[in-house]
Amino acid sequence: MNNKNKIFSDADKNAIIQDATQQINKQLSPEGRRRFLKQGLTLGGLIMLTGCDISSNESVENTLSRISRFNDRIQGWLFNANDLAPVYPESMMTRPFPFNAFYSEDEAPNIKGDDYRLEVAGLISDKRPWTLAQLHQMAQVSQVTRHICVEGWSAIGKWGGVPFSLFLKAIGADLNARYVSFKCADDYYTSIDMATALHPQTIIALTYDGQILPRKYGFPMKLRMPTKLGYKNPKHILVIEVTNRYPGGYWEDQGYNWFGGS
Amino acid sequence: MDTPTFQIKPATIHPLWLRICHWLNAFAILIMVTSGWRIYNASPLFNFSFPNELTLGGWLGGALQWHFAGMWLFGINGVLYLLINIFSGRLKRKFWPLSPRELINNFIAALRGKLAHNDLSHYNTVQKLAYLFVMIDGIILVCSGLVVWKSVQFPLLRELFGGYDMARFIHFYAMSGMVGFVVVHLIMVALVPRTLLAMLRGR
Repeated sequence: MNNKNKIFSDADKNAIIQDATQQINKQLSPEGRRRFLKQGLTLGGLIMLTGCDISSNESVENTLSRISRFNDRIQGWLFNANDLAPVYPESMMTRPFPFNAFYSEDEAPNIKGDDYRLEVAGLISDKRPWTLAQLHQMAQVSQVTRHICVEGWSAIGKWGGVPFSLFLKAIGADLNARYVSFKCADDYYTSIDMATALHPQTIIALTYDGQILPRKYGFPMKLRMPTKLGYKNPKHILVIEVTNRYPGGYWEDQGYNWFGGS
Repeated sequence: MDTPTFQIKPATIHPLWLRICHWLNAFAILIMVTSGWRIYNASPLFNFSFPNELTLGGWLGGALQWHFAGMWLFGINGVLYLLINIFSGRLKRKFWPLSPRELINNFIAALRGKLAHNDLSHYNTVQKLAYLFVMIDGIILVCSGLVVWKSVQFPLLRELFGGYDMARFIHFYAMSGMVGFVVVHLIMVALVPRTLLAMLRGR
């Protein structure tokens, strides 16, 4: 503040700093530079060489899983029940609609419709099992929508059946519960968030293209959600449970994102 | 920081915030491209796949985890870069004016290997266009990626990109543009190594 206390003038001060900086740069910079380049190259080389192996590191895996769970919450927050998936004219349907599962087509479960009983469990008031006939007697809707696979391909199909929200109300489900989980005859299992379960386009699909749902597409019934990726749409469902306990899923437990919405 | 007070002090070419954004972006793009290639391989759009050795994630699920973790870094860092660039006035200062005639001259000079790089703080028109291109390309990558990720939840964006399938192609083309930029960018750095030092220590 006080000019009298100034030991050096501004110009001197800068000259001194300039000098000192030059000295430091001269002594440190080349080594520092070399060290950086060396480590930089090593890091780059590591990434290029190990490629996929970085993912096998346990702490990296844990971090990625945590971010994936964080992404679940973001997606749940983004999800808007008023946003409907596009519907298409029947002329745009993909023919034949692809079969897709973790097993081959002839390994799909062979279920007898007359013997079939759908079990309902968890936070619901009416736990009586359902026959296929009872499901067919409920009000039916149908829609032509795009099925999007996690791999990136997509196909347009026509599914008909019961709006899942109506079914959940019919069994007296706690609609404030967090999850609805599914156990299937093909040993597949998965679970969804309640907001998606109540989405107007989420249906218990009993038909495909106007015909009784073929075995390869999930006879006697599957859950069809055009707001979710393919692996979230379980086939051959045997048990539906409403729960607050995180149920996971077949692919989700191996690393696919749990929310899996589109 | 970028207003030199004294002639003798070398002027800062790249302020610290820019250098941080640049290296975070380089890291983010490495993650996004290598994991993206693995995702592409699960259902290729064209008659080829990327070598798995060059991809990140080990399998589709792992690649998706990397991609959706890296997107936060790429997206947030990109938004910060654009905002600081615009509101600090750097964008206007560095990239304006854009003259077509200068572009042609610069381009011819570049092809003959005679484009001057004496003043690193000044971008020639080819550079200006290249950096503006990569900014816009990054925005297209994020927006088309949002459509592929959430085609139902972003209906307006989906329609702008011509639907889910078209958005996949645009996402791929934008990735190609980004990779093309990176290749040219790295060649230029190899030809003029001083630029690497400037991006590391600021001048």
